[in-house]
Amino acid sequence: MSDNEVFAAVMNQLPDASIPGYSPLHHADLETLAKQGPQQGGVHLREHALLGHLVLRCNPENPEHLAGVERVLGVALPLEPLSSVTEGNVTVMWTSPDEWIVIVPGLEAFDYETKFRAEMSGHYSLVNVSGGQTLVEVSGANAVDMLKKSCPLDFNAKKFPVGKVAGTVFAKAGAVVRRTGEDRFELIIRRSFADYLWLWLQDASREYGLVIEA
Amino acid sequence: MLYIYCPHCGEHREEEEFHPKGQAHIARPLDPDNCTDKEWGEYLYFRKNPRGLHHELWVHAAGCRKFFNMTRDTVTYEIKEVYKIGEQPSVVADS
Repeated sequence: MSDNEVFAAVMNQLPDASIPGYSPLHHADLETLAKQGPQQGGVHLREHALLGHLVLRCNPENPEHLAGVERVLGVALPLEPLSSVTEGNVTVMWTSPDEWIVIVPGLEAFDYETKFRAEMSGHYSLVNVSGGQTLVEVSGANAVDMLKKSCPLDFNAKKFPVGKVAGTVFAKAGAVVRRTGEDRFELIIRRSFADYLWLWLQDASREYGLVIEA
Repeated sequence: MLYIYCPHCGEHREEEEFHPKGQAHIARPLDPDNCTDKEWGEYLYFRKNPRGLHHELWVHAAGCRKFFNMTRDTVTYEIKEVYKIGEQPSVVADS
């Protein structure tokens, strides 16, 4: 093995194009609902399906790790608790003092994994969890009202400003909630809870009117 | 409901995000092969159940999933102090 060769313990999880990818909410057929369902309402819901979700764990006090991550992602790790950064199509969210969720375009996840193996050294971990969770965006004038029914966070704009991210209980499951705009939130939900939360979100949004976007 | 300050997230959250994990500061015998059955049994099974100040281990299960310690009054449910693993409590019982 030459010095430049990357001894990569990574595997491309994406099958070839003959096997289509199905999001955890595939069965809900959001595309049809977007066309046939109501076009006006207080809560808008859109699934950003099949993104690349990477869980990064490394030492925030190790400057080599921080520099390596910045070389790969083009953006510095958010070290402030409950903060997040978005640069181009890469989003990094703080989830724990030594853990971050990195969202990248679905087809580029393997490239990022490979780059991490090349740039990072020492004790760190990067796991591709794209198949285990999905990202749902909720927005609209009543998005906050709907979220207030679903989880115990304080969504006051002073307490939960744009860019803040928090792991919390959501209904009887869990979610990572991130505010991306005044009336716009992203939820990262687990695959096994996706159907339950999809039913929950429909029910919780009913009184405001739910609009599916695709 | 308790309103608990997570020292890792740096803010208060509702109790339902947390799980209590029992008594804190339980030291494992340094040489398990050579400690007495009494020492090992007390390490494994015997826990304090005080009326008053209690040092407890909690985990922010739905949030950052980190463990931390809490000093709590078991009579009033008042949380006296929250501190990270490895730190020592500053609020302790008089005895």
